[in-house]
Amino acid sequence: MSEGTLYDAVWDRHRVTTLPTGQDQLFVGLHLIHEVTSPQAFGMLEERDLEVAYPELTHATVDHIIPTADQSRPYSDDAAERMMVELEENVREAGIEFSDPGSGDQGIVHVIGPEQGLTQPGKTIVCGDSHTSTHGAFGALAFGIGTSQIRDVLATGTVAMEKQKVRKIQVDGELPTGVEAKDVILEIIRRLGTEGGVGYVYEYAGSAIESMGMEGRMSICNMSIEGGARAGYVNPDETTYEWLAETDYFRENPEKFDELEPYWESIRSDETAEYDDVVRIDADELEPVVTWGTTPGQGVGITQPIPAPEELPADKQDTARRAQEHMRVEPGETMEGYPIDVAFLGSCTNARLPDLRRAAAVVEGRQVHEDVRAMVVPGSQRVQAAAETEGLRETFERAGFEWRNAGCSMCLGMNEDQLEGEEACASSSNRNFVGRQGSKDGRTVLMNPRMVVAAAINGEVTDVRTLPEVTAR
Amino acid sequence: MSAEIPEVESVSGTGVAIRGNDIDTDQVIPARFMKVVTFDGLGQFAFFDQRFTDGDEEKDHPMNEPAHREASVMVVNANFGCGSSREHAPQALMRWGIDALIGESFAEIFAGNCLALGIPTVEADEETIEDLQSWVEANPDGEIEIDVASETVTYGDRTVDVSVDEAQRRALVDGVWDTTALMKANAGEVRRTAEELPYVDLDGD
Ligand code: SF4
Repeated sequence: MSEGTLYDAVWDRHRVTTLPTGQDQLFVGLHLIHEVTSPQAFGMLEERDLEVAYPELTHATVDHIIPTADQSRPYSDDAAERMMVELEENVREAGIEFSDPGSGDQGIVHVIGPEQGLTQPGKTIVCGDSHTSTHGAFGALAFGIGTSQIRDVLATGTVAMEKQKVRKIQVDGELPTGVEAKDVILEIIRRLGTEGGVGYVYEYAGSAIESMGMEGRMSICNMSIEGGARAGYVNPDETTYEWLAETDYFRENPEKFDELEPYWESIRSDETAEYDDVVRIDADELEPVVTWGTTPGQGVGITQPIPAPEELPADKQDTARRAQEHMRVEPGETMEGYPIDVAFLGSCTNARLPDLRRAAAVVEGRQVHEDVRAMVVPGSQRVQAAAETEGLRETFERAGFEWRNAGCSMCLGMNEDQLEGEEACASSSNRNFVGRQGSKDGRTVLMNPRMVVAAAINGEVTDVRTLPEVTAR
Repeated sequence: MSAEIPEVESVSGTGVAIRGNDIDTDQVIPARFMKVVTFDGLGQFAFFDQRFTDGDEEKDHPMNEPAHREASVMVVNANFGCGSSREHAPQALMRWGIDALIGESFAEIFAGNCLALGIPTVEADEETIEDLQSWVEANPDGEIEIDVASETVTYGDRTVDVSVDEAQRRALVDGVWDTTALMKANAGEVRRTAEELPYVDLDGD
């Protein structure tokens, strides 16, 4: 078992007791809720006549079903309206703070938590959403939970869990031009597999991670779950603290910053920490990674050939064959030139301000291909407002992108933003499962945000490094 | 609240085999059916896109075969239930009629969600699963018995060893899988743990 890691430290500080099942009962420092997975839990609470134990440690947003175009109420989709009303009632009755669309603070749950300073190092953070792992970028212990566990957290402020093993993923070196955090995590999942992380929490470390901004770290932690790990984290450092200092919470409570810093420092993994496993990745060798299949582990470097199913481990061959048929790709070819119909720049993986900035720099002076439907969906209302102030909206719109309001949007197609028929989508999101983007025949190719806009411009998957602007990082 | 948590020592019933590795929760329950505020009625949407065409015509799928309609044990392959944390997935299966799953391996959050519903997810090696799937296909009305306590599965004239995660086994067998009741009892200790944490500001403190 691991020893001396951030995971061990945060776990120990939050462990209430060991339950008869052998699981630990862990205190939850921040419970984030959204409209899709919480209503049933509130229903269960009501059935048992229980109240929300710690409303002051709970925060709500609406993201999955919110329309990203016309947001006037009632929403045109009755089901979406019903879910919103339900959430509004639940948070009002329980006295839970709600970043609703009228507040200017609404957005994808994994974008607004960090933005508002709710996400902090050394907190335990849960949400009924598997990408809660995102918050680990701040050195929090953050994981997705199911609805019955949401009920547990609402009713008791705690969650029952078994301790996991810790794998350190050491990414050393410097990322080459045009290669970004998203490529690092796609590469990790490609190498270790979508099940590789089951039973583990991932600690991302090494010089390439340390030199990354918070947004890049969030993109990496976000997709820990695609690699099978329920949580992933980066030890907090100066980059983390600089980010935190600019958030609402610490602007309003500057004294808290000095008060908490010793705690943050105390939970960092020791130099001598013991890990259950260590994996090393050389950042200098990486190139942009795109997926060729229907699981996030089916990825390949942009200049590399798509593998033949028979080259893969026996248990992956069948899935690969079906995936290649669905995606209509041939082994031996590269993904470059794969025709696309839709480009989606959004999601909790890659819709923060620096993502939009980098993408806009590629878009500047270019036009979206005439056969492509392209959209930008900022991760939160604040990202949206900041991007508009900087003129990014104009850059995108001038090039022919649609500029939408904040939400999950086409990441999972629960609102009107969906793929149609067999459309192929270049997507900055995190999942390429069949049917994920709203059409069961739709095809999703995951990639980094600049690759998405490059694909939008050329109408096909493009190695963004071949575009001149990208050489100036 | 009621402290009556049923013990789940064993589950039995007829089976249905769902073949394939990496079956994700988007397949188990497509997101468009998640626009609901209760889980009632989700059963009919389990594996919807695999079971029905765009025109809502039934496709060839084991869950559509009359012989399997009463099945309560689902036999699956590796990494079943990967993807999102949506409890809608096990809820849909449970409401369709599934009381237990046997597979090569399960995604962790999915297995946890199943446990919260009292649904065992027991594991066996590839060969054992392959044999069982073929048997289920050949014997749709054959009874399968999963003994969670002793970690065995009995079907036809065979009994095979399976493995059940230790915490899951104890939770099911001792009837302590309803964690809300268990943890609510420790409210005082929870508060003390919270107060020891430097970042926690509780109302009324
Ligand atoms: S953006 Fe996508 S992955 Fe992120 S929370 Fe929304 S639906 Fe989930």
